[in-house]
Amino acid sequence: MSASFFLVILLGLASLAYMQGKRRAFSVAGGVTGSASLHSRPGYYGMLTAVWCVLPALLIFGFWMAFSDSILTGLALKTLPASMQGLSADQSNLLVNDLRNLVAGHVAARDIDPVLQQAALQYQGMERIGRIALGVVMLSMALFSASFVYIRIRPEMRARNHVERIVQGGLVLCSTIAILTTIGIVLSVLFESIRFFQHISVTDFLFGLKWSPQMAMRADQAGSSGSFGAVPVLAGTFMISGIALTVAVPIGLMSAIYLSEYASSQVRAWAKPIMEILAGVPTVVYGFFAALVVAPFIRNGGGMFGLNVSSESALAAGLVMGIMIIPFVSSLSDDVINAVPQAMRDGSYGLGATKSETITNVIIPAALPGIVGGVLLAASRAIGETMIVVMAAGLSANLTANPLQAVTTVTVQIVTLLVGDQEFDSPKTLVAFALGLLLFIVTLFLNVVALYIVRKYREEYE
Amino acid sequence: MQIDEKESTMDRVKVGLAKRYRREKRFRLFGLGAIVASISFLGLLFVTIGANGWSAFQQTEILLDISFDGEQFDVDNLSSANYGALVKNSMRSLFPEVKGRTDKRKLYKLVSTGASYVLRKMVREDTGIIGTTMKIWLPADDEVDMFLKGYIQRDVPESDRRLSDKQVDWIDRLVADNRLEKKLNTTFFTAGDSREPELAGIRGAVVGSLFTLAVTLLLAFPIGVATAVYLEEFAPRNKWTDLIEVNINNLAAVPSIVFGLLGLAVFLNVLGMPRSAPLVGGLVLTLMTLPTIIIASRASLKSVPPSIREAALGVGASKMQAITHHILPLALPGMMTGTIIGMAQALGETAPLLMIGMVAFIVDVSGSVTDPSTVLPVQIYLWADSPERAFVERTSAAIMILLAFLISMNAIAVFLRRKFERRW
Repeated sequence: MSASFFLVILLGLASLAYMQGKRRAFSVAGGVTGSASLHSRPGYYGMLTAVWCVLPALLIFGFWMAFSDSILTGLALKTLPASMQGLSADQSNLLVNDLRNLVAGHVAARDIDPVLQQAALQYQGMERIGRIALGVVMLSMALFSASFVYIRIRPEMRARNHVERIVQGGLVLCSTIAILTTIGIVLSVLFESIRFFQHISVTDFLFGLKWSPQMAMRADQAGSSGSFGAVPVLAGTFMISGIALTVAVPIGLMSAIYLSEYASSQVRAWAKPIMEILAGVPTVVYGFFAALVVAPFIRNGGGMFGLNVSSESALAAGLVMGIMIIPFVSSLSDDVINAVPQAMRDGSYGLGATKSETITNVIIPAALPGIVGGVLLAASRAIGETMIVVMAAGLSANLTANPLQAVTTVTVQIVTLLVGDQEFDSPKTLVAFALGLLLFIVTLFLNVVALYIVRKYREEYE
Repeated sequence: MQIDEKESTMDRVKVGLAKRYRREKRFRLFGLGAIVASISFLGLLFVTIGANGWSAFQQTEILLDISFDGEQFDVDNLSSANYGALVKNSMRSLFPEVKGRTDKRKLYKLVSTGASYVLRKMVREDTGIIGTTMKIWLPADDEVDMFLKGYIQRDVPESDRRLSDKQVDWIDRLVADNRLEKKLNTTFFTAGDSREPELAGIRGAVVGSLFTLAVTLLLAFPIGVATAVYLEEFAPRNKWTDLIEVNINNLAAVPSIVFGLLGLAVFLNVLGMPRSAPLVGGLVLTLMTLPTIIIASRASLKSVPPSIREAALGVGASKMQAITHHILPLALPGMMTGTIIGMAQALGETAPLLMIGMVAFIVDVSGSVTDPSTVLPVQIYLWADSPERAFVERTSAAIMILLAFLISMNAIAVFLRRKFERRW
């Protein structure tokens, strides 16, 4: 009997409750003819019964799902002999892991302590009992609460208002998920970052010039100093984003100008969706394109001029990232250029200005705040972009201003540090969360400023 | 004096006019150039992917006479038979002159290691073929495949080639005997991942993507719509709802990898959910796509004219009834369009899924949302990292499949918008 089986039964009970509630509403009102005396339409009585049938049972179910594992593990550990209790945190973690593996049936390669095996059996036994108990409690709760509502059905019962209040509560609950997500993000990166800053000081992290997160396993190991200076990583991030913006801003802005001021409506109808496709192409595709086509092209091109270009140059990643963010710049600029009142254009034409003079001297200055907002949003997108740099930029943290050399970025470091097996007590893993915190703060700042500028600008012309 | 001054102004305008018109023309050309540049980037991207990827839909196969020698097989334990030896015997009989261990090994390498699995499957399905000799098309090695497709040049020195001169000779003879042919690559669509390019397929990744998207859709659509309805129809204007709004706008611009960090720290480490599972991937992508869906749904609710709401309220409907019976059905097409666009985003997303371990090498096609699995974009990332030349075309082909999914999803969204768009 699996847990989902209970849910199916519950669903069946709920539909039964709906039908019974509806029938009862008719019968207390004295049949179809008397149903006008009901406060709400009969369906609402059914719905109320069904909702009360499901909700308490679901609550119990969710509670069990969330806490059963920790409760059962705790109980199973209690059965272990005294020698195995009161261990250090690490050792007991190991014990719990072994226990979980045993319970899940993953047979460990090494010999299993019979005591632990006993505990695992105990766990499984308790889980079985617990699950049956869960089923009994859930279903009896469902029956109890449904019949509680059922016997209370009277014509004057305000069933519709009850149901609507419950639904509205659900809506409020859903809308808090956005807040919970933000809190979750902040807490998850903050907690791990604080643990990281217990090992490495904040100033060393923010202003250190050397990045080499591999920790030495032995004291005499060479080349693994374990230094966590974020400056080279940040410099690489800003260099690649800078290259991307120097590609994307002129192209994006000029195409927005052309589309909104020069192009016929037919050209606009075709060109705009095509440019939007650029934004819809998955970033992993851009990354593959950068690594397969652009990087070799730049290396060979540089080789012809006698330049020594790294095969993972910042230029390749930056160029491709620039292509990716063209549509962000162009569609946001397009919006703000269109929002500039026609009267300003007409005034400029009336003074004898050509179209390009109107654009450069009137429209762009008027739209500038909006354009800046768009560029900031594009910058935050570029800084947070992951796959292109993971596939096309390097891992070596060079502090350099030469775009032909390999640099690394915040996102690349997060991915390389966290993909694969991790141990959550070494600074090497925790630093990824500190980088994530940095990334979150920088992009949040850019977004807030950009959204503020754009909103302020919109108000000006409305 | 007056006339003189007027003339001088006109003159000054006229002198500069040609230059200003030239500048105007130049400016216009820049604009056109920018559009042409971005469209040609897109064209270049598609052409590169297409040119690299189309050949992956064909796979070289080799025709071998396999004799299912009765002595080899133990009817009770069919998997114990040495299927590799069957292939080797057949190759030896085709090239009886090949002697010496190194040469023989080179000869055997022309056939994929997957050939023995094919034979095993055949025997399992029909034990009657034991004792007979059959002509069977078996997958060739990826190097042979690359050679036939022209990616390995014949005229480079032997040391720079993955195939030796002898192997090239054998391949030429096989081709002359019509024993080596390019056929439709069905493995690519039916198999999971593999270290051998000729055995690798995208089915595992596609199934993983579908599971992940299903979880995302089931969670994100109801929650997104409910949030939009609350904020648009019920929420009072106060600090709390302002906070929610600002939050949603900011979440829409948070880098996707940060959602991955959230998933790793909360879903995996705190809640102890399984690694690499589509369930967790779906949860992370739900949080990521929610802002898109909420924003689109609110815009769609806003576009329903107030007269409809007021008419419903006027005939005695409650607020909730007006919304569920009248406003939601009218706003639904717009909400669905936004949801499809959000789903397309989720389908192409890679970075957060790397964080929650969906990057593992998984051969089996997963059967449920809690089985470890990978998704299409992560598969592309994994293959793009593989050194074998044959994976380049497979990566491109997988990209073509992914783009095909995305384009059709977006086409559905555009179709919905066109079909149900209403001007009030």
